[in-house]
Amino acid sequence: MSTMDVSTTLVRIFGAVFLVLAVASTIGLILKWRSGFAHPHATIDNLNARLKAWWIMIAVITAATWAGAWGVIALFALVSFQCLREYVSLAPTRKGDHRALIWSFYVFLPLQYYLIAAGWYGLFSILIPVYAFLLLPISASLGADTARFLERSAKIQWGLMICVYCLSHVPALLTLEIPDYAGRNLLLVVFLLLTVQSSDVFQYIWGKLLGRHALSKQISPSKTVEGLAGGMLSATAMGAALWWITPFSPGEAAFVALVINTLGFFGGFVLSAIKRDRGVKDWGHLIEGHGGMLDRVDSLAFSAPVFFHLLRHGWTL
Amino acid sequence: MKIERLLGAALCGLARVITGARAIHHAAQGSNPAGEPRVYYANHRSHIDFLLVWAALPPRVRRRTRPVAGADYWLASPLRRYVALSIFRAVLIDRGGTVHAAADPLAVMHAALDAGESLIVFPEGTRNVGDGLLPFKSGIFRLARSRPGLRFVPVWVENLGRVMPKGSFIPVPLLCALHFGEMLCLGDDELRSSFLNRSRDALIALAPPAA
Repeated sequence: MSTMDVSTTLVRIFGAVFLVLAVASTIGLILKWRSGFAHPHATIDNLNARLKAWWIMIAVITAATWAGAWGVIALFALVSFQCLREYVSLAPTRKGDHRALIWSFYVFLPLQYYLIAAGWYGLFSILIPVYAFLLLPISASLGADTARFLERSAKIQWGLMICVYCLSHVPALLTLEIPDYAGRNLLLVVFLLLTVQSSDVFQYIWGKLLGRHALSKQISPSKTVEGLAGGMLSATAMGAALWWITPFSPGEAAFVALVINTLGFFGGFVLSAIKRDRGVKDWGHLIEGHGGMLDRVDSLAFSAPVFFHLLRHGWTL
Repeated sequence: MKIERLLGAALCGLARVITGARAIHHAAQGSNPAGEPRVYYANHRSHIDFLLVWAALPPRVRRRTRPVAGADYWLASPLRRYVALSIFRAVLIDRGGTVHAAADPLAVMHAALDAGESLIVFPEGTRNVGDGLLPFKSGIFRLARSRPGLRFVPVWVENLGRVMPKGSFIPVPLLCALHFGEMLCLGDDELRSSFLNRSRDALIALAPPAA
């Protein structure tokens, strides 16, 4: 297929997304109007703040996709940077970790994204799990501070894995060589983003409409069983409906969507457990109504590597 | 004067972009009445602590607030002198034993307060390279005793010490936060040790759990 088809497809999909956003914003406005503009209403105001942020996020994603492979790689390098920043800000380190943090921010993060641009899969897949894993504790040990050494090393490694390694699998989709799909890999990124992010949105909507039974009061007080079930089913249906932009059949698309939505859900769940342990509600304050960057992409971090591997082992040569 | 104000605003903006600093107010709303001069006192981890505290204040308050800093450091070069005196209008005090011995430290602080300006002070007296908070020097008590009713606002600067620990040259881009607490005053007949402990405890209480 030609690249011409890709841009037409992208225009259609992003057009549809903007349309949905416009409808949602109108509903948000009507809700606000009916509750009274003068009176604050926690849920409706938060909904409208979220929608406003979505406009900006979708605009940024559209611009990056428009710019092509480089745009997507640069966007996710910045997303990783911000996530790692939020993560380390909340996970206390000591003075002896300074060198390891410098390596993480200024060497491993850029290098990981450079390897995607260079298409060097071999090193991309082991840079952080092997080389950062060995080098960071070495550099921390030079800080000559043994207090809670293992705990500190583990914390930094974990942050790099989630914020850089896992998230970098989104732009890495561009490097896969799938027969009869050449030149269309951007659509895989769009499929992953739409499916996983819509799952979060559907869970929110179903939870607000029908949510009765709390899923886990200790970890995520706002998540409900109804929201989870409704969100999963809706987002899986949505993934299946997008089969035509993927190398999957409709059935395969539904299966893949279910897998990545399940992982995405647990991504949010696991990172919530860390937030509760640190006594905070959000990772940051960058995105109004949503919290931090890491709050927005936690589900992506858990689903992207698995989506990548499914494709790599099931659909490439 | 214009160019200095511009430079000051630019430095504030730069510091906020690099550190992502936000002001978080822990005091009950309305308990820190605006207008009257007060003394912001903060933990001291780096040379730019005062800049972040200063940047976190609303512009109108900022223009009426001056950092109190050591003359020995800030008069040591023409650039530092310019930054301290012209951009931040710092109240420079002598920390003892230098040739730049200014007037009595209390007298210069009084002059600023009497002109209706607020102060930013670091009662630890020096940069703290460890965790937690050093014992307070008595200057804050002498200031409180000499100006009855003067209000002190605790400000905990979070994470800045981790951005660039002493001895390192490359900053790590962590997100900083400034925690503003409830203001306090010296009580009638309150003793030195009691006030120093009370103000120190109020500041520590704002700190998030440590590593």
